[in-house]
Amino acid sequence: MTQIVKMKGMNKYFGKLHVLKDIDLTVEQGEVVVIIGASGSGKSTLIRCVNGLEEYESGTLEVDGQQLAPKSGNPKALAEIRKEVGMVFQQFNLFPHLTVKRNIMLAPQKVKDAPETVANATAERLLNRVGIGNQADKYPSQLSGGQQQRVAIARALAMEPRLMLFDEPTSALDPEMIGEVLDVMRELAKEGMTMMVVTHEMGFAREVADRVIYIHEGQIVEQGKPDDVFDNPQNERTQAFLSRVLAH
Amino acid sequence: MEFQFQFDWQAAIDSIPFLIKGIPYTLLISFGGLLIGFALGIFFGLLSINKKWFLRWPATAYIEIFRGTPILVQVLFIFYGLPDLIGGPIDPLTAGIAAIALNSGAYISEVVRGGVQSIDKGQTEAGLSLGLSRTQTFWSVVWPQAFRRMIPPLGNQAIVSIKDTSLFSVIGVGELVRQGQIYIANTFTAFEVYFVVAILYLAITLSLSIILRFVERRGLASV
Repeated sequence: MTQIVKMKGMNKYFGKLHVLKDIDLTVEQGEVVVIIGASGSGKSTLIRCVNGLEEYESGTLEVDGQQLAPKSGNPKALAEIRKEVGMVFQQFNLFPHLTVKRNIMLAPQKVKDAPETVANATAERLLNRVGIGNQADKYPSQLSGGQQQRVAIARALAMEPRLMLFDEPTSALDPEMIGEVLDVMRELAKEGMTMMVVTHEMGFAREVADRVIYIHEGQIVEQGKPDDVFDNPQNERTQAFLSRVLAH
Repeated sequence: MEFQFQFDWQAAIDSIPFLIKGIPYTLLISFGGLLIGFALGIFFGLLSINKKWFLRWPATAYIEIFRGTPILVQVLFIFYGLPDLIGGPIDPLTAGIAAIALNSGAYISEVVRGGVQSIDKGQTEAGLSLGLSRTQTFWSVVWPQAFRRMIPPLGNQAIVSIKDTSLFSVIGVGELVRQGQIYIANTFTAFEVYFVVAILYLAITLSLSIILRFVERRGLASV
């Protein structure tokens, strides 16, 4: 099995605050890893380190065979990694000045020099895949939150990533739109995409994850198959967290 | 003896052909200067938000100096002062364009800085995460959005600069006010002539306002 992400003894600080503590974590190709934990536990920071949106201070991080040095000491590796790793954000971060289709075409055209016709065909195919082929020429602000997030997923997929990062992809959505986004992610997982997902959707985690990781105050305190973690947590902090989030 | 003033419409109308000769100069100085000022504004505005202090510092110095001194002093300095330094005269037109360029450039730098900083950093993160370089992310994601927000303050600066050119009558550029002064020297119809001068300025600035409203509406429609 190929390991797409390898973290060893990784530490990250925000000023004096120690946000990630000695993180050891590997992600295999095709694996779906769901990261759970309270807000402020460092779970978002963890996946933002994978594509270098956050720098880390010590330890090692290898993504898709590229060594990403601490303090973004290796810009070439970082550039390569970002071509191979897609990311979906909590706030969608679509480009408001471009149509839906142009949002998706931008990176293939700029980064891979894809010809207009090829990028266009890719965008149409991906929009159909996420179920909004008929909205291609609208602007993001004309779409619902759920539709916008599906466009964001299509935009990331247009670069044909080897790994997809999801940073609380449904947290900014109205409840009735969460399902349509999770459906797209579920499909993606089924097709074998390697995924790291930070989420509060425990139902999704249990159903789709190959492995669930619980982070508490910057440390991985428990990980395992979803059924084991959810039904039989070993660590008392995990027990306390799960009893809080699963109670309602 | 009773004092009686009568607005002399005929004198006002007669002055128009002579005054209008000043308009090309007024427009040339303001728009020539603003064009260069826009380039300076982009350059220094972007430098002023650079992480490196040795790039940021000169930009801040430029902005503070040209924003913090009167444009009249600036143009006098360029026209009367600089020739001593470079050992040759500067023609009034060039001095006027240079003064508008340097002065508006300082204000436009601030407009550029504000516009760029107003764009959510999630936009940059999205660009970078897609594999775009920092430069690509800036010019294809951040700048187009920032520019749209910059249109109203840029229009404001254009109107200010057009009016500022009236001060350049002091260095003898044949712009609107200068034409008025020359005309009055022969006819002594100050009230009528300055009235027409004011109307002509208003015609220029109002036309610009209308164009800008139109551009703004079209630009914002797609966001």
